[in-house]
Amino acid sequence: MVSIALQRTRSIANGRLGSLLLLLALCVVLVVVGQRVLSGGLSFFIQILVFGLANGAIYGLVALGYTMVYGIIELINFAHGDLVTLGAFIGLAFFPIFGLVEGKDLGLIGVAALAAVFLIAMLLTGGINVLIERVAYRPLRNSPRLAPLITAVGMSFVLQGIMYLWKGAFQIHVPDILPGSRIPLGPGASVGVKDLIVIAIAVVLVIGLNLFIDRTRLGKAMRATAQDRDAAQLMGIDINRTIAATFFIGAVLAASAGMIRGLYFNTVNFSDGYQLGLFAFTAAVFGGIGNIQGAALGGLFIGLVKAYGDAYFSSAWTDVYVFAILILVLVFRPSGLLGMRVPEK
Amino acid sequence: MIRLRNVTRDRNQLVYLILIVGVLLFPVLAGFVSPGDSGNYLLGQAADAGVYVLLAIGLNVVVGFAGLLDLGYAAFFAIGAYTYALLASGQLNSSPLHHAVHLPFWILLFVAVIVAATAGVILGAPTLRLRGDYLAIVTLGFGEIVPKLFLNLSQWTSGVNGVSALDYPSLPIWIEGPWVGSSLSIVRGFSFAFNSMAYYWLMAILVLIVVILVSNLQRSRLGRAWGAVREDELAADAMGINTVTTKLLAFSIGAATSGFAGVFYGSKLSLVSPENFSFVVSVTILVMVVLGGMGNIPGVIVGALAIYYVLFNVLTNLPANAKGIANAVGLGFLNRPAPGGWPGLEQEVQRLNFLIFGLILISIMLLRPQGLLPSRVRKEELEKGVAE
Repeated sequence: MVSIALQRTRSIANGRLGSLLLLLALCVVLVVVGQRVLSGGLSFFIQILVFGLANGAIYGLVALGYTMVYGIIELINFAHGDLVTLGAFIGLAFFPIFGLVEGKDLGLIGVAALAAVFLIAMLLTGGINVLIERVAYRPLRNSPRLAPLITAVGMSFVLQGIMYLWKGAFQIHVPDILPGSRIPLGPGASVGVKDLIVIAIAVVLVIGLNLFIDRTRLGKAMRATAQDRDAAQLMGIDINRTIAATFFIGAVLAASAGMIRGLYFNTVNFSDGYQLGLFAFTAAVFGGIGNIQGAALGGLFIGLVKAYGDAYFSSAWTDVYVFAILILVLVFRPSGLLGMRVPEK
Repeated sequence: MIRLRNVTRDRNQLVYLILIVGVLLFPVLAGFVSPGDSGNYLLGQAADAGVYVLLAIGLNVVVGFAGLLDLGYAAFFAIGAYTYALLASGQLNSSPLHHAVHLPFWILLFVAVIVAATAGVILGAPTLRLRGDYLAIVTLGFGEIVPKLFLNLSQWTSGVNGVSALDYPSLPIWIEGPWVGSSLSIVRGFSFAFNSMAYYWLMAILVLIVVILVSNLQRSRLGRAWGAVREDELAADAMGINTVTTKLLAFSIGAATSGFAGVFYGSKLSLVSPENFSFVVSVTILVMVVLGGMGNIPGVIVGALAIYYVLFNVLTNLPANAKGIANAVGLGFLNRPAPGGWPGLEQEVQRLNFLIFGLILISIMLLRPQGLLPSRVRKEELEKGVAE
């Protein structure tokens, strides 16, 4: 009984009727959304678009770390979201040292100082993540698959615990040092310089990552290890170093996302990483886990859905939309948007 | 004598024996700590721990037997608890239905099982053909959506405040005696309200029933099919096992157990609110299963009890204990807030809780990646290095 019903639903999902239903559902959604958009006006629409892209850029950066780590050792790194907050916390500690205080015009020296803080936060977080991999994941590489998952959960608690001890459970203020001016875009619409800076940094990082993975020896080693660890090892690739490098780069991106996020929203809390990580992981799966471009795209998509959901509908329901879309996408396209269809091993 | 030797040789039977003796002796022990008290705190906590034991056994069917990673298991727990909350309280009176429903606990146990299993089938049917970790993320999404639904549909569920004043289970006849501080007598129209002893035994019986059912399932044709699907889905398919139905059954049986636990949880706490079913709950249950030893029911029970004890007893009481110890050994000055941001030892230890729990998880996993009491099949795999 059950299996017959199942086969039927499956054939509906795959067949012409399925695509028709999907198309119909899309039309309904478009009409509903379109109506709201039209009543809200174009300038509002553009403003939300930019906000969504900025948000999505942050999700994308975090998702890259998830996707890289998953691609190479098939671990859902639950501690990754907390690396984002950790990066922001570390960066925040260096703000006063480099003379970055609120209310001062940034200037050329300020930009250099900010870049230095970014660099320090990224390198330190990267180093910490390499250490975490060495202590908590490497010894379990040949254990049952869920063992490293549990240590990742444990690491998430540890990182949150450390940040809690460090700064307490408060919303911590991040100095508002990015220029607050806005660029006008026709009648009533404007784009914040802040938003553009966030998007620009993210784009630069993603392009850099792509070049790194495509062009360098280490990038090649990463791709090889992700594809077949044993074969890569036989070809003389140092697996441990490659995996450590993956964790390092993932954490570097996470720290940069944390810094950007702090500067954008001007507040950070020790437990922010949990929700952020959940959404970023969703973004990674959405784009096809293991796929770099997919993660960036998934991040943008999640950011946009969240922004438009918050703006045009109720923010209480946004999480429901995001995860419902995720489930639907996976049902109809099980390997994500850009993921390859890999046969079961 | 021979039988006893067999028992000690088979570790699982020994663990069962210890657990049964422990369950039987625990009320006596709790009675010593606070005698003649029907609302005994320890017994109440043991009954709450039983909820997690049920949840861990249920998740073990999904993760341990069938090898499906479920990261949103608390959703089914929530569905069970809310089924009870809505159908055994005055809540629906203030909903658009305008009519309170008060069904008895015993019927709702079965209703919730059916509702949760149905939810499992609805979620599982389209998604179970997904590869391992994609399934994990779908269940994670489901686990996020369900509490949000209960939160947002506030005209039905009172939203963030949750549903309160749920009915307590009741029985037509119950025996009371010196163990609750009264003379031996038969009570008619007995209500479980605040009676930890009654809840304790109810939970013990529920766990016993579920353990027997699930162990039998494990040894059945279906249980072997689960093992086959877990080890190699392609080969299982080739052997004529309907893999989708097999996985779906694991999923819905797991969900049903969770719904079962949800009803008990709701009835004991008499309050159900969305925040009790967050992702952290799902992860905690998963930790219990993995730590105890996936696929091995006694292992999972021990894992659930151990984690529950650490989380809700050791870590909860740690700040107060640290304060007491510091006072006792003459370091009382540590307990006073000091300049330089020292909040006092009690506060400081409380802040450490997260960190300690994380460290415990990591160190146990590093020391025993196969879990405390691994299943024999899994242990063999691990030692002979069969890759998954």
